[in-house]
Amino acid sequence: MATNPKNAMLTPSYDVERIRQDFPILSEQVYDKPLVYFDSAASAQKPRAVIDAISNVYETQYANVHRGVHYMSQKATDAMEESRESVRTFINAADVREIIFVRGATEGINLVAHCWGRQNLSAGDEIIVSVMEHHSNIVPWQMIADQTGAVLKVIPIGDDGALDMDAYADLMSDKTKIVAITHISNALGTITPIAEIIRIAHERGVPVLVDGCQAAPHVALDMQALGADFYVFSGHKIYGPSGIGVLYGKAALLETMPPYQGGGEMIDVVTFEKTTYADLPFKFEAGTPHISGAIGMGAAIKYINGIGLENIAAHENDLLAYGTEKLSEINGLNLVGTAPEKAAILSFVLETVHPHDVGTILDREGIAVRTGHHCAQPVMDRFDIAATIRASIGMYNTREEIDVLVAGLGRVQEIFG
Amino acid sequence: MNDGLSDLYQEVILDHSRHPRNFGPAEDADRTARGNNPLCGDRVTVFLNLDGDEISDAQFDARGCAISLASASMMTEMIKGKSIEEAKVLFEKFHALVTGENGLGTGPDLAELETLSGVKDFPTRIKCATLAWHAMIAALDRADEDVKTE
Repeated sequence: MATNPKNAMLTPSYDVERIRQDFPILSEQVYDKPLVYFDSAASAQKPRAVIDAISNVYETQYANVHRGVHYMSQKATDAMEESRESVRTFINAADVREIIFVRGATEGINLVAHCWGRQNLSAGDEIIVSVMEHHSNIVPWQMIADQTGAVLKVIPIGDDGALDMDAYADLMSDKTKIVAITHISNALGTITPIAEIIRIAHERGVPVLVDGCQAAPHVALDMQALGADFYVFSGHKIYGPSGIGVLYGKAALLETMPPYQGGGEMIDVVTFEKTTYADLPFKFEAGTPHISGAIGMGAAIKYINGIGLENIAAHENDLLAYGTEKLSEINGLNLVGTAPEKAAILSFVLETVHPHDVGTILDREGIAVRTGHHCAQPVMDRFDIAATIRASIGMYNTREEIDVLVAGLGRVQEIFG
Repeated sequence: MNDGLSDLYQEVILDHSRHPRNFGPAEDADRTARGNNPLCGDRVTVFLNLDGDEISDAQFDARGCAISLASASMMTEMIKGKSIEEAKVLFEKFHALVTGENGLGTGPDLAELETLSGVKDFPTRIKCATLAWHAMIAALDRADEDVKTE
């Protein structure tokens, strides 16, 4: 595939063909056709550097961490803590103790809902979320609300998928105890005005948890500038392994919170009379962690830094604009989510064909898209639809692949007449 | 192009999905059961009227893909006039047909349902084809928690 000259002009340093060569899976064939992977918002593919880093852990530096006095344990511990430091610089957190390794964003949110919520929520207190949250930023809050008597308040969105900031300001009250909100909607691609959201909450002393799953691979993050109290994201969406993710929390808040799970590593001294807990971040990391996952995620961050998140974003924004233009030309296709501030996601429906059928037909063309409710049923209900087709863009996608998608949608219309 | 799509989306299936038979809620149904596919958010409700042991009427209401609509539409046509036991046997045969299991999947009883055999080559779509059937069985058994028996 040739690099599009217009694309090259927009981001002169961006060589997408070279990047594609770093991802072994992209040379796989699907039904004898090249894999066209438009499902990075669900899970991104892995560069060779990440795959090698994981192998390397098991081949040259594996043992349990923070345990033994022996050489391999120290080596594995060093590698894992180096990765924690990479995460810290990736999101510009003030202190490496604020980086908690978790299984993924879901576990991060559950941890905060459970540990912070149990301590700070009581009957009548209000938790503010938005209507476009992923289920992982709804259900944990519903669970803690059930236990504490707190209630959820939901920020609506406009028809274009932009957050209704006036409604948000109106929802804010003396009863508001926490705001839990997405940075970029996984179903619509909407980028929320997160700095402003945090500013409004902080005026009332209300902490904010940000679901950064979709933001971390697309937007440069700066925790110190942003001021988020909690920020979560998953390794597998930033081209790293699954089963590892990050909970960032301000140290002052994390220190007041009880541990999440009990076990090894999270303790200071254990007796049957009393157990004291380890300091941050280990207080929240009971049990043997996902060692190779943490190290693999560190490799993914290093890989992203090598290309530059700004360059990745510029490339993706070019594809988003190109894809929006091309899809808009298709009769009977409606984009779902057209907010002015958007990233990397083309969510759409066809007037006469159900997304599931579209997904099956595209699949046979080698095109991987997500069809369904994207674990965001409330926002589907908001648009009175059951599902959408979602083509999500990663650093390795090309304009030619958008063209393949458009041709695939032509085949859908052929079959369905 | 032989990629299974022309088998999956035969004209008769597209026709049922565009013009589903026995479609819409039935307010005087003896048995009602709902089926949800949490994977894709599709929903179907099956309404049955019973005359003793016989299914005297069957309707469905749904939002779903072409496969699930066509399957539900054909099902309502097929089970009307059948006994509860016959409807259950039909489900067994249909299930075998779309999952590609041997033996039970053939036989004259399936009639138009045979056109859905292409589903067996699309494992992720089997649930679409069987959703309404599971609801139908639940309505007959009154077993499912989702079953409503107004």
